[in-house]
Amino acid sequence: MNYQVDTRGYYGDFGGAFIPEILHPNIEELKAQYLDIMQSSDFRAEFDSLLKDYVGRPTPLYFAKRMSKKYQTNVYLKREDLNHTGAHKINNTIGQILLAKRLGKQKIIAETGAGQHGVATATVCALMDIECIVYMGKIDMARQRPNVERMRLLGAKVVPATSGSQTLKDATNEAMRHWINHPTDTHYIIGSVVGPHPYPDMVARFQSVISEEMKTQLLEKTGSENPDYVIACVGGGSNAMGAFYHYLDRPEVRLIAVEAAGKGVDTGESAATTQLGKPGVLHGSKTILMQTSDGQVVEPYSISAGLDYPGIGPAHAHLFASGRAEFMSVTDRDAMEAGRLLCRTEGIIPAIESSHALAVFEQRKFAPDEVVVLNLSGRGDKDLQTYIDYEFE
Amino acid sequence: MNNRLTNLFTHKKENLLAIYFTAGFPALDQTIEIAKATAEAGADIIEIGMPFSDPVADGETIQQSNQQALDNGMHLELLFSQLANLRKEVEVPVLLMGYLNPVMQFGLEKFCQKAAEVGVDGLILPDLPMQEYEETYRPVFEQHNLSNVFLMTPQTSEERIRKIDALTNGFIYVMSSASTTGKTGAISTEQEAYFERVAKMKLKNPRLIGFGISDNASFSKACQHANGAIIGSAFIKTLAQSQQLNKDIGTFIKTVKGETVLS
Ligand SMILES: Cc1ncc(COP(=O)(O)O)c(C=O)c1O
Repeated sequence: MNYQVDTRGYYGDFGGAFIPEILHPNIEELKAQYLDIMQSSDFRAEFDSLLKDYVGRPTPLYFAKRMSKKYQTNVYLKREDLNHTGAHKINNTIGQILLAKRLGKQKIIAETGAGQHGVATATVCALMDIECIVYMGKIDMARQRPNVERMRLLGAKVVPATSGSQTLKDATNEAMRHWINHPTDTHYIIGSVVGPHPYPDMVARFQSVISEEMKTQLLEKTGSENPDYVIACVGGGSNAMGAFYHYLDRPEVRLIAVEAAGKGVDTGESAATTQLGKPGVLHGSKTILMQTSDGQVVEPYSISAGLDYPGIGPAHAHLFASGRAEFMSVTDRDAMEAGRLLCRTEGIIPAIESSHALAVFEQRKFAPDEVVVLNLSGRGDKDLQTYIDYEFE
Repeated sequence: MNNRLTNLFTHKKENLLAIYFTAGFPALDQTIEIAKATAEAGADIIEIGMPFSDPVADGETIQQSNQQALDNGMHLELLFSQLANLRKEVEVPVLLMGYLNPVMQFGLEKFCQKAAEVGVDGLILPDLPMQEYEETYRPVFEQHNLSNVFLMTPQTSEERIRKIDALTNGFIYVMSSASTTGKTGAISTEQEAYFERVAKMKLKNPRLIGFGISDNASFSKACQHANGAIIGSAFIKTLAQSQQLNKDIGTFIKTVKGETVLS
């Protein structure tokens, strides 16, 4: 089975570029150039040096001793939370801003849910002195207030998306509309492995640094590049794809993708896309999508703004359909408990997105000799108010 | 291909007016009423919009009409039942316009079959890529005698325009500028130069200019450079404000065409 994108821009039955004609030249330009640019030596040098000196990579692979003891297995945390700006998102924005410069673009737009991608985009735009507009759902602006302030401090303009559910889906719609109206001078930095081809592949490649480092670090710590399991949360799926990337063709490494169940998969307030969705087309690609029987996109729900999206990247839809990855879902409550547990066992406050992945240890037993790597995608600073306000049992 | 749309172009080649409205807006059950009034007032082609939750190529006016139509309870099954008597009421060519996902969920075969059955002549699906059209959709459209309309923009390369022309069997939708729907303002000389550039290509298909056409001035200007023009957002705004649908539709269309309106 092939898990990489094919020449038509598809992963199995999923992917493609379902875009209005106006965006065709932009997508063609990207498609024609992204691999050449990314593989050029000057790009690699600049990308690698920024990841090292500016972002702080490689991020540690930390053996979580007390967690391992509690769950009777070997838990390693890939510390993406220690990246500059607090999440994995910056791996992608560094890559895309360097690409945008080489494409001669003068302006950047982005969508954001939790605000992590928005902050990571505003950050690289400040670094490169490029104008930046970030679209964010009005509801998300309220629940991720500190990140809105961060983006503004960094010089970005934050525009509220007031249509639909006023969350990530609608912010993405608004960003696409902006791009349609400004197709020549603007690059759209999509924040996850979603959107029309070649975005899912491009973002996956920028995030693949996560599993590239994991291989070296695991070899050093355990004597093997391969863990038994890799666990990651999935909103659009960029941190998960980064953590899975170099293991996709190693079937002995099992992959667990964790979706947000919200208040429960059957409550009507959920974002568990693979359980509730069907194949459909949104934001430029064919993927699994939460929708009504009439094909209208359903407004998802999760306590975590970064997982509150009705689709998943097309590569994940393929991992799901082919059975290569196992998809699990975790409720708000279980995620919040797991997040608090990590604070108290390891002294690490995780992003609520990452807490969803952590909750897998309560649902699933791993053997004492197994090695489990959990991609800790971000830190919980932005979620402090949600943790404080949450009524733990 | 031989249908009402292709027939229209054999005998009328200029000043063609196409009108877009969203099915289910302003009220759920006015689809036929609006189509009939629009045709009687002098529109040459009618485009009926199939509402979608995430219309990314549309500006605020059409977004809101889509949302309201969905809130009113519009869906494809209902639309087809409303259109059951379309051909008793309306003679002009009718196209369905909308996004791909609802069509996919309805089922491509079944969708085309129903469309043909009620007397629809063509389809405009802005997020249907050319590659998918060639591989999957074209045979089904053709089997049901449905014309396919592609859009082109100021950024579309000459090579791609030629390809669009080769694959089109109705008309080419010439977007007046790089924008979402509903942009207002006069047509610039830059836009006119672009329309002329396309006119000089001697394409086999008729061209209708759309996006930002809203009144007699912009309609007349567009008609100088193409076979006609398409109006959407401005018409939707008229519907939204209308107290007397028939009268207001008549006034709008006659005004756009520069005919004297008797009050
Ligand atoms: C910390 C963190 N983890 C995960 C996600 C989900 O995105 P993805 O699935 O693309 O990694 C987000 C998105 O905002 C995030 O901020």
